[in-house]
Amino acid sequence: MGLSCAMLGECIDDQMTLPSSHSRSRKGDREVQDLILPNGGTPAGTASPASSSSLLNRLQLDDDMDGETRDLFVTVDDPKKHVCTMETYITYRITTKSTRVEFDLPEYSVRRRYQDFDWLRNKLEESQPTHLIPPLPEKFVVKGVVDRFSEEFVETRRKALDKFLKRITDHPVLSFNEHFNVFLTAKDLNAHKKQGMALLTRVGESVKHVAGGYKLRNRPLEFAAIGEYLDTFALKLGTIDRIAQRIIKEEIEYLVELREYGPVYSTWSALEGELAEPLEGVSACIGNCSTALEELTDDMTEDFLPVLREYILYSDSMKSVLKKRDQVQAEYETKLEAVALKKEERPKVPADVEKCQDRMECFNADLKADMERWQNNKRQDFRQLLMGMADKNIQYYEKCLMAWESIIPLLQEKQEAK
Amino acid sequence: MEQAAPDPERLWQPAPLEPLSHPDAGLESMVGEETKGARDEGPGDGTMTENNFSLKKIEISVSEAEKRTGRNAMNMQETYTAYLIETRSVEHNDGQSVLTDSLWRRYSEFELLRNYLLVYYPHIVVPPLPEKRAEFVWHKLSADNMDPDFVERRRIGLENFLLRVASHPILCRDKIFYLFLTQEGNWKETVNETGFQLKADSRLKALNATFRVKNPDKRFIELKHYSDELQSVISHLLRVRARVADRLYGVYKVHGNYGRVFSEWSAIEKEMGDGLQSAGHHMDVYASSIDDILEDEEHYADQLKEYLFYAEALRAVCRKHELMQYDLEMAAQDLASKKQQCEELATGTVRTFSLKGMTTKLFGQETPEQREARIKMLEEQIKEGEQQLKSKNLEGREFVRNAWADIERFKEQKNHDLKEALISYAVMQISMCKKTRLGVQMLSSCM
Repeated sequence: MGLSCAMLGECIDDQMTLPSSHSRSRKGDREVQDLILPNGGTPAGTASPASSSSLLNRLQLDDDMDGETRDLFVTVDDPKKHVCTMETYITYRITTKSTRVEFDLPEYSVRRRYQDFDWLRNKLEESQPTHLIPPLPEKFVVKGVVDRFSEEFVETRRKALDKFLKRITDHPVLSFNEHFNVFLTAKDLNAHKKQGMALLTRVGESVKHVAGGYKLRNRPLEFAAIGEYLDTFALKLGTIDRIAQRIIKEEIEYLVELREYGPVYSTWSALEGELAEPLEGVSACIGNCSTALEELTDDMTEDFLPVLREYILYSDSMKSVLKKRDQVQAEYETKLEAVALKKEERPKVPADVEKCQDRMECFNADLKADMERWQNNKRQDFRQLLMGMADKNIQYYEKCLMAWESIIPLLQEKQEAK
Repeated sequence: MEQAAPDPERLWQPAPLEPLSHPDAGLESMVGEETKGARDEGPGDGTMTENNFSLKKIEISVSEAEKRTGRNAMNMQETYTAYLIETRSVEHNDGQSVLTDSLWRRYSEFELLRNYLLVYYPHIVVPPLPEKRAEFVWHKLSADNMDPDFVERRRIGLENFLLRVASHPILCRDKIFYLFLTQEGNWKETVNETGFQLKADSRLKALNATFRVKNPDKRFIELKHYSDELQSVISHLLRVRARVADRLYGVYKVHGNYGRVFSEWSAIEKEMGDGLQSAGHHMDVYASSIDDILEDEEHYADQLKEYLFYAEALRAVCRKHELMQYDLEMAAQDLASKKQQCEELATGTVRTFSLKGMTTKLFGQETPEQREARIKMLEEQIKEGEQQLKSKNLEGREFVRNAWADIERFKEQKNHDLKEALISYAVMQISMCKKTRLGVQMLSSCM
C-alpha cells in the first residue's frame, strides 16, 4: 500500500514534467522503470495526488509505531577498518530483515561506508524533496584533534548511522524509496551509483525544481510558526551544546585535581601507624570516585552531545525544506497572478498553474505530516536523552556513595591497644 | 611534676577540659587532674583523680567576634578583631551554668600567651593557634583577614586552642593561662613581667640551624623526621584540596547556566514544556547547593590545618632536646679539655694546645707559683663543670622522660582526632551524594 502511494506521488510529478520519460534508459534500473506508466498518462481513478499521498501518509503514522505491523528491520553494527593503498576507511555491516514484497530475500547483509550513507541521503533529498530527511552525523570531525579511527568515535558514529537508517525505516514514504532499497540490498553499490547518476539527475532536477527568483509574499501561518519554532529550537540546542561542552571541560579539570588528591592520602598513610589503614582507605575511595567521574564524562561526550548536534543538523535541513516549500508556493502564486492579469485568457486556470497548485498542496501535506512525526520522535528522543543522562548521573553518585559508605567501618575500627 | 624549664608560679586551677574534635559539640566535660600524660578522651568520661581537686565543670567559649578600631604602638589607626571569651562554671548537680568571667582579647594576645607557654613548657607539644593569615584559599574564599567567614573560622579555632590548653593536664594549671581567661586589664604586663622573652632560647627560632649532636635520643630524631614529613604531606593535601574545591565549584556553577536555557526552551514546547521547566529548576537547585557543600568541607580543612601546625609544635620539642643534648655534649667536651689541661700542667707534658702554653713558649716559662694558681683555678672550674654536667645530665633525662610522656599523649590525641575528622569527612561526602542523587531523581521523575 505504501509503495503505491509513493509511486503515485512520484509518477505524477514525472508525468507533469517529463512526458517522454519512458524513453529513458532502463538498463538495470527496474525501479525507475516501475515508476513510469506505459501510457504516459495519469493512472485512472486517482483523486488529487496531494490528498491520496498525505492520506496514506497519515494512516501510516498510526500503525507505524505498532510493533506488530512492522515489516522492516534494519541494524547497523560491526564496524571494520579497511586499509587500502590509497586510503583507510571504516565499513559498517547493515542487516535488513523484511517481509515486504519490495525485497526479494527475507534477509540481507551488506557493508557500507560513510560516503555510501552520504550518497543515500543526497538521493533521498533529491527524490523526496517534500519530506524531512533525517540528518547524518557530521562528515568531518570539527576539532581535528579527534582520532576518527578511535573506538569511541567509531561507536558514536555507528550509533548515529543506525539512528539515521531506523528513522528512514520508520517513515511510511521514505522507507519505500528505491534508493533506500538499493542501499540495503545491492552487493555492489558503486555500480548502482554510477548508473543511477545519469538517470536520476534528470529526474532529480525536475523534482528539485527550485525555480529561483520567485518571491514569497507571506508564509502561511502554520509554516511560519514551524519556521520560528525551528529557529528558536536550534538556538536553544546550540546553547545547551555549548554549556554541555563547558561542563565536560570543567569536569575533566576537576578529575585532574582528584587524581592528584587521592594519592596524597597514600603518601600520608606511609608515615603513620594506627592511621595508615584509614588513610589508605580514603585514598582508594577517592580513586574510585575519580574513575566513576571519568565514566560519567565519557558518557556525556558519547551519548549526550551527539544527539544535540544531530537535532541541530535536523533543524537546519528542515529549514531548507521549508524554504523549498516557500519556493513552490511562490511559483504557484506568481503564475496564478500572471494568469489573473492576462484578461484575455480563458477564466479557466491553465494546466501548468494547476500543476503548481497540486505540487504545493502535496508539499504542504507531506511536510505537515512529517512535522507531526518529527515532533513525536523529538519528544521521545529528548525524554530518553534527558532521562538517560539523569540515570548516568545517578549511577555516578551511587558509585561514590558505595565507595564512601564502605570505608566508614574501616575508619571506625578500633585498633588493638598497643 | 618536674619540669626542665623554670617553674612558673602555680595556682590551683579548676577544670581541665576536653578539647573536642568538632567545635560545635558540647563544651562540657568532667574535670580532674591527671598526672603523667594520660588524658581521658571525649566528654563525659569519668576522670581518675589522684589529687584533691574537686569535680567541677567549667566551660570556655569564644562566643563573639567584633571589629574594633584603635591606635597601635606607633599611634597609627588600625582595625582589628576582638574576641569575647566567656568562662562558665557548671554546678555538678543541676547542670546550670553561671558566667564567671568574660573578657575581650585580640589575636596578638593569644599569640603572646602561646609564646609564653612555648618558653615555659618546652617539653610539651603546645597546641597551635589558627592561622594568622588565610592560606590554602580557593577562589571563593577571601584571603582578607576581615572577611566574615575567615573571622568566624578563626573564632572557632581560637576556642579550640583554649579548650586544648584547658584540657592539657599540665598546661591547664598555668597561672598566666588562668589570668588570660580572667584578668582583662594588665594581663600583657603580667606576662612580660615573667621575663619569658629573656628566657627564650633564640636558637630554637632558627629552624634551619643544625647542631652536630653526637648522641641524640634516636626517638627524637625519628620524631623530628616524622614531623617534617607530616608538615609536608598535610601542606600538599591542603593545597590540592583547595584546587579540588575550586574545580568542583566550577562544575556546579556551570550547570546553573542550564536553568535559564531550559526555561526558554520550555516556552516553545507544548507537551515537553513542563518537564523542561522542571529540569531547569532542578539545575538551579543543583548549582546553588555547592556553597553549603564547600563550607562544610572548610571545617575539615581546618581540622587538618590544626595538625599541620601541631607538627611544628612537635618539631619544637625535638629541637629543644637536640639543643639540650648539644649543650650537654659541649659542656662535657669543655670539661674533658679542662681536665686534660690540668693534667698537663701538673705533669709538665704538653699535649694540648693552649694559648698560655704558646705564650710561655714564646715569652718564657711561667713561675711555679703562676702554674700552681692556674692549676687551682682549673680544678675549681672542673669541680664546677662536673656539677653543671651532672645537673645538665639530670635535666636532659628529665626532659626526655617528660617530653616523651607528652608525645605519647599527643600521638593518641592525634590518632583519635584525625580518625574523627576522616569519619566526618566521609559522612559529609555521603550526605552530599545522597542529596544530589535525590535531586537528580526528582529531575528525572518530572520528565
